[in-house]
Amino acid sequence: MSWRITWATAKRVLTQLSHDHRTVALLVLVPSLLMILLRFVFDDDAIFDSIGLPLLGVFPLIIMFLVTSVAMLRERTSGTLERLLTTPMHKLDLLLGYGIAFAVAAAIQAGVATATAYLLLGLDTQGAWYWVVVVAVGNAVLGMALGLFVSAFARSEFQAVQFMPLVVLPQFLTCGLLIARDQMAGWLEAISNVLPMSYAVDALKRIGVETEVSGTLVRDLSIVFGATLVALGLGALTLRRRSD
Amino acid sequence: MTQAIEVTDLVVKRGGKEVIHGLTCSVSRGSVTGLLGPSGSGKTTLMRCMVGVQIMTSGSVRVLGEEAGSAGLRRRVGYVTQSPSVYSDLTVRENARYFAAVLGSDARAAERAIDDVGLDKQAAQMVSTLSGGERARVSLACALLGGPELLILDEPTVGLDPVLREELWGMFASLAAAGTTLVVSSHVMDEAGRCDRILLLRDGDLIAHDSPDALRRAAGTDDLDQMFLTLIRARAEVA
Repeated sequence: MSWRITWATAKRVLTQLSHDHRTVALLVLVPSLLMILLRFVFDDDAIFDSIGLPLLGVFPLIIMFLVTSVAMLRERTSGTLERLLTTPMHKLDLLLGYGIAFAVAAAIQAGVATATAYLLLGLDTQGAWYWVVVVAVGNAVLGMALGLFVSAFARSEFQAVQFMPLVVLPQFLTCGLLIARDQMAGWLEAISNVLPMSYAVDALKRIGVETEVSGTLVRDLSIVFGATLVALGLGALTLRRRSD
Repeated sequence: MTQAIEVTDLVVKRGGKEVIHGLTCSVSRGSVTGLLGPSGSGKTTLMRCMVGVQIMTSGSVRVLGEEAGSAGLRRRVGYVTQSPSVYSDLTVRENARYFAAVLGSDARAAERAIDDVGLDKQAAQMVSTLSGGERARVSLACALLGGPELLILDEPTVGLDPVLREELWGMFASLAAAGTTLVVSSHVMDEAGRCDRILLLRDGDLIAHDSPDALRRAAGTDDLDQMFLTLIRARAEVA
């Protein structure tokens, strides 16, 4: 693995993004617009604090999942992936390059969405705002890693976008946002226990009500980070230097 | 050691069907070898084996003294696929600079490669706005970076205007004179005359392996299409 190649790849992915002004605008603005919409749908500060806050972590995950799975699919179908794998590039260089590039994009996105929620919409949390940004970026990177992995199973962009409801929505439904996880049927709770979004949402809820950084918050963040590494590892397995 | 590539008893199956049937051939260093044959004759599959991206059923392919596709070769072998594999949402220069970084080369080398393929005027243009032939040249420029010892080019001159085709073949010859080994596939028979050696493929079998002149003499004709037919008929009679 080489930092020079990893860095060049991150720069290349960001350059590709920056040429596409509409995608940049969508990436930066959509979560904020959704937060504004959400605030007016509930029209109640307390409910916005309890539901809007966790959604600050969910939106970046969904968006990054979509963007990355399509970007990686293009890399596979255009022949550039096969070409890169005939060069000295290590598989990790490519995955980390993507990871760094989308983490930068995610940081901007999460920064704007968090600023909108706090400054414009009056979000109120016991914990510090920057922890919200940290969790949101962590989630975006998790979404990116899942997208990279899942792109291996899609043959077309049509299929790639269909994986979003398959991979993300079950996590969303069981993550404790609609109904507290301990009130769900035992088997459902067991499923939600192994899905990473449950911990991301739990972390954000804790930041909402706890002033100090608790051990549970650190545990939640570690699980999200660990799940990201697992997804990246699985993604690396799908990058084959030889094919039929 | 004078052989850049040694293919021995190569068998490849794709999708359950055998597409290369026990092929043996070699390519000497510092030469331009033309891989010719009709579409579907196994040219691309053979090239993919030389690069080491194709799963082989049996046999061996040794490249520059190592097993094809081994990690040590990734810096020494350049590969250009038939459809241009570059980023269409980057400019020519951004593509070249990225592949330069990946191959351990620098921005100056990227500019030189763009010049070599005659794209200096389009350097700041997005690849998506280029013509098919120009895209193919971007892809070629990216393979020249890092100064590979072996270049495997899959139909690099398809759709190019005659002047450009002439220039590229001139470049291939000067690369070979400087010691680079080139394997260039084509289904246009008139390009064969530009090669030092020709590998003639049909349905996954090697029909002929010789210099263009020797093939012309053997077939008793200057016309390469005619030569191809003669060689195939001669084989059919032997069998």
